[in-house]
Amino acid sequence: MTGPAGEPTNQPVPPAEEAEAVEAADGARAASALRRAWALVVVPLGAVILAMLVGSIVILASQVFIGVEIDPTLPLVAYWAMISGGLGSFNGIVETMVQATPLVLAGLAVGVGFKAGLFNIGAQGQFLMGALAAAYVGGQLRDQPALVAVSLAVAAGAFGGLVYGFIPGALKALTGAHEVVTTIMLNFVAISISSYFVSGPLRAPRSPFAQTLDVGNAELIVLFGRNGHVGIFFALLAVPIIWWLLWRAKLGFEIRTVGANPDAARFAGMRPRRLIALTMALCGMLAGLAGSGEILGRVGHLTAPYATNVGFDAITVALLGRANPVGILFSALLLGMMKAGAGQMQIQAGIPVEIVDVIQGLILLFLAAEIIVRRLFRIREARVGLEELATVTRSYGERSA
Amino acid sequence: MTGSEHVAAPALEMRGITKRYPGVLANDRIDLDVRPGEIHGLLGENGAGKSTLMNILYGLAVPDEGAVLLDGQEVQIDSPADAIRRGISMVHQHFMLVPVLSVADNILLGEETMANAIFLDRTEAHRRIDELAQRFGFEIDPEAPVGSLSVGSQQRVEILKALYREARILVLDEPTAVLTPQETKEIFAVLRRLAQEGHSIVFISHKLYEVLEIADRITVIRRGRVVGTTTPAETDEEQLAEMMVGREVQLTVDRGESSPGEAVLKVDNLVVRNERGRETVHRVSFEVRAGEILGVAGVAGNGQDELVGAITGLRRVASGTVTLGGSDVTGHSPRAMHEAGLAHVPGDRHRFGMVMSFPLTDNLVLTDYYRAPFARGPVRDEAAVAEAAIGLIERFDVRTPSPFAAGSTLSGGNQQKLVVAREFSGDVRLLVLDQPTRGLDVGSIEFIHRQALAKRDGGTAILLVSAELDEVLELSDRIAVMYRGEIVAVVDGRTAVKEDIGLLMATGGRDRDGSPATGPGPASTTGSVA
Repeated sequence: MTGPAGEPTNQPVPPAEEAEAVEAADGARAASALRRAWALVVVPLGAVILAMLVGSIVILASQVFIGVEIDPTLPLVAYWAMISGGLGSFNGIVETMVQATPLVLAGLAVGVGFKAGLFNIGAQGQFLMGALAAAYVGGQLRDQPALVAVSLAVAAGAFGGLVYGFIPGALKALTGAHEVVTTIMLNFVAISISSYFVSGPLRAPRSPFAQTLDVGNAELIVLFGRNGHVGIFFALLAVPIIWWLLWRAKLGFEIRTVGANPDAARFAGMRPRRLIALTMALCGMLAGLAGSGEILGRVGHLTAPYATNVGFDAITVALLGRANPVGILFSALLLGMMKAGAGQMQIQAGIPVEIVDVIQGLILLFLAAEIIVRRLFRIREARVGLEELATVTRSYGERSA
Repeated sequence: MTGSEHVAAPALEMRGITKRYPGVLANDRIDLDVRPGEIHGLLGENGAGKSTLMNILYGLAVPDEGAVLLDGQEVQIDSPADAIRRGISMVHQHFMLVPVLSVADNILLGEETMANAIFLDRTEAHRRIDELAQRFGFEIDPEAPVGSLSVGSQQRVEILKALYREARILVLDEPTAVLTPQETKEIFAVLRRLAQEGHSIVFISHKLYEVLEIADRITVIRRGRVVGTTTPAETDEEQLAEMMVGREVQLTVDRGESSPGEAVLKVDNLVVRNERGRETVHRVSFEVRAGEILGVAGVAGNGQDELVGAITGLRRVASGTVTLGGSDVTGHSPRAMHEAGLAHVPGDRHRFGMVMSFPLTDNLVLTDYYRAPFARGPVRDEAAVAEAAIGLIERFDVRTPSPFAAGSTLSGGNQQKLVVAREFSGDVRLLVLDQPTRGLDVGSIEFIHRQALAKRDGGTAILLVSAELDEVLELSDRIAVMYRGEIVAVVDGRTAVKEDIGLLMATGGRDRDGSPATGPGPASTTGSVA
């Protein structure tokens, strides 16, 4: 390193000044790494805090409507109950993990898309198709040895999601059809497809409800507590694998390049169209895994209609985690904790569990309206985080690379 | 133009401005004063701190120390909106216009003249725009969509926009970088009229002769500090260059003798279409030999972009063949071309040449990331990337606080050096240079020209496409003139006469009687090709 501005100096530089410059550069690098990390975390943190604040207003307002005397400490009581419900006991922590598991996987399905400049709204549909495939294969293999049944059912779920993610990816690559539009539509198609199969061809015989056969031996074993199934490890493993893929593997470099600048990617000899299709398939696979985990680990069969919001919550998770695998893990744990603790909150504070959805919605709102968070907390604009999102919005209506 | 007559308080004074960024002292106690009615040239290398200084003036950055004074009053400029309110306007190198809106609507945008609370007063707005245009001698149709205008006219819209907002201080950031010589002349006339009316103008440029021609006073900045302020009468190009760079600069490098070998690139009857399907390269044939520089001269928009795109694999070839090193590579992918020994410094570095959000390290291996030593199998070798990058940064003098800083943190000139560093390194058989020094300062230009000549002497075939006729004349062994998608002449680079080439560029050598030698041809002609 040369002078402070990194410029070669023509005049002789006193050695002391040189050493100082080197030190300054090293210090600057460490400081800039810290700043970068902080800049990544600060907006999501602010969004969560704001959402909790506005959530407490909603809690207080709900008291007004019921006509009870307003207790200003009620939000605190409610939040404390929620936190202790989610983290205060062994069972609570297990439940938090169980709730977070599909959110991690589906969150990655959205987050990886962001990295490629794709806004995958279709995690919901990919989740459902993964669930359907896992339920079918699991049901067929319910009497086979557990190892065979489980691995094939999980693989089927992953494959189901993969195919369902590949479709909008290929459509974008071949025709330029925007993935936001196609994945939203495919979500509805997925609901119809799964409902048709579950209430028709795959309906369990003699069952009074529209549901598939129980997966029997294909069920994921429970390791901790009541329902701490082994699928938790899929999620915990997926985080480092995806991180490694994005930041250490060639493919991840290509995905990120296409997301940041498709023209430069083409210049560099990459094939943006192929990468877009491939990335969407990968996203679908992750969402499909989330679906199979839910079916094989918690429910044991698929019902029609299957009530879930995982695919949409995943968007909140991915945005809150700034499309970063580690961030997504923590965001999913936060949302999982809220879901796991909601019951205790209702019991102890008398606040309906739906307040969790309100807060979650508010988090998404404040993340989308980032500028509000920045203004309120006086955070200066920093060019880190979701540069990819800019590409997403830019790419709308433009011809793809 | 000889400065202002009265010695009133300067219209703008920046006093002791200091601005630190992590690892960089961008501005170090900079003093600048601009008098009413003065055109003040601001010179400095890429990354010298001009942009930072102007960002401070425009409310985009807050100085760590120092004060900004308008008419002797200290002010605090918080935002561009605040700057505009105070009569400061900036015309950026990249225009901030909405192409689909009309000239009038673009001017109104953000400064709407209202008839009442709800409706715009278009009649009044048009009247004011017409009045301003007339006063300053613009020929512009307020109803024309901006996207249909030439670059020169778009720039005039930007200036009109500033005048409409009653700007007293105008900052022009490299206003001539994208203009033809004729358009430059026109814009200079406008600037002089503005100054006569009492406007103060800060004129940023890399072209020394332009600054000498238009400025009343010139301030030179180097490495964040003011080197000095002078007047055109007291100085010349050589001295200014030396002040900017801090050493003696050769404004023209000696191209030396070349010893061309066999043909490396052969283009035969090449036809290329643009995005809208119009044929913009018509049956072009030429060859570039090893160890020679073939320069392509031409007014921008005469098919050069499409020609380069077709040769580098970024654009589809409609018909004809491209042969590289004896094998037919027509329609091959950029990757295949790269492996056949092609390196390409693209004309639009932001679009093709680099990924702004990526660190320098990744940008420096952008075309080689996939193979050894930067990757083994499916895994990238970060250490090898960093090592190579640090070497290139040093060899090509890319000025950055860290090899891991994002590409967007570099100044324009250093971004170009980054691209050049990547493309010039390694074994290159054919080097395509598209506007390799656009927007660069004299020091960087000298550097890149030297590197190009060194590559040539090493036996690389170089295709140089540049809108700067001087650059083409200076470097080329042979010059091909492109006009309306055809190569109308190939001349010897050493004996070529600038005026002859200019005439060929403007008319294609066909209707010599009609237009003047240096004129860029009738607007309709360039428009139809662009």
